[in-house]
Amino acid sequence: MRNNIKSCWRTYLYDLLIAIKQLFYICIKNMKIYIKYDLNAVCKKILQEQLEKLKLKYSLLDFNEVEINGALSATKLKQLNTALNNYSIQIVESSKSILIQKIKDEIREMVYGEGETTRLKTSLWLGAKFKKPYKYLSSIFTEVTFTTIEKFIILQKVERSKELIIANILNFSEIASLLNYSSTAHFSVQFKNTTGLTPSAFQYIIKTKEHNPTKL
Amino acid sequence: MPSQPINILLADDDENDRMLFQEAFEELKIKTHVFTVNNGTQLMDYLKAKSTILPDILFLDLNMPRKNGLECLKEIRANKKLKNIAIAIYSTSASENDIVETFCLGANVYINKPSDFVTLKEVLSKTVITAHQFQDTPFNKENFLLRF
Repeated sequence: MRNNIKSCWRTYLYDLLIAIKQLFYICIKNMKIYIKYDLNAVCKKILQEQLEKLKLKYSLLDFNEVEINGALSATKLKQLNTALNNYSIQIVESSKSILIQKIKDEIREMVYGEGETTRLKTSLWLGAKFKKPYKYLSSIFTEVTFTTIEKFIILQKVERSKELIIANILNFSEIASLLNYSSTAHFSVQFKNTTGLTPSAFQYIIKTKEHNPTKL
Repeated sequence: MPSQPINILLADDDENDRMLFQEAFEELKIKTHVFTVNNGTQLMDYLKAKSTILPDILFLDLNMPRKNGLECLKEIRANKKLKNIAIAIYSTSASENDIVETFCLGANVYINKPSDFVTLKEVLSKTVITAHQFQDTPFNKENFLLRF
């Protein structure tokens, strides 16, 4: 009998010790966990949840296009917008903004793709791509972005050249020919006109910035 | 979105400069909200206040009493909440050292204060448009450098 009590007491004590130990771990050791996620999947999930919450019938077309089946009332649209804004998702309402986004995407593809489109005349190529007169595209573009398609192409090209300069694999004349500039001088002048800096000054600043970001 | 006005903040201790700056923006086609502060301490208090809607672009004078532009620049770039604001240095100094130093500290634009109003308007409009492109397009903000 006595022995029994003793062993009972022992197990109790043992449990207590473990409990304390666990508590100790919880209090003292902050656990660090690492996560990885697929942004597209996250966005899709959020979209689905919010759309279902409002009892809307929908189909997801592309990763940034949703088709609402049936009419969408103004109040519902507002509700959806506020709900999505909590996740920093914006509804790009007007078809104009979408068109501009698509034009920008096309330009980006043209500048990054090393194919033939780069050599075509922009107005012809964009007009054919969107099956709309170039004048119409360019006037909408300017209305919304305050800049012109031509200037945007230059900006995009300069951004691409910045990446190439930072990557430090090609020299300036190679970059110039990759981006279809007629000469290195032409490239340098356009770079300077757009950024106020020469390509080498830009390279110098980025290098200095990388090497001693805290020293200065 | 372009339909919304662009929020602009100017920190400059010179009253005339502030007035000129506001007038220049009023004459531009772009819709903007311009707000001004008089010195570095006021600027940091304003940016850190909870109710503040953060500006899209901050124009920062380098020579200011109490807290100068460089200190503000460092503080803003070290602050998680503020570090995405596009910063344009707006200064009378044209020394190469100042320019490289501010760029290295994270400034995006360096403007040598223009001497005439027409140039001022041109420079401000180009700054705002370029900054706007960097917000609206997946350009790498780290590479956003512009000098006048």
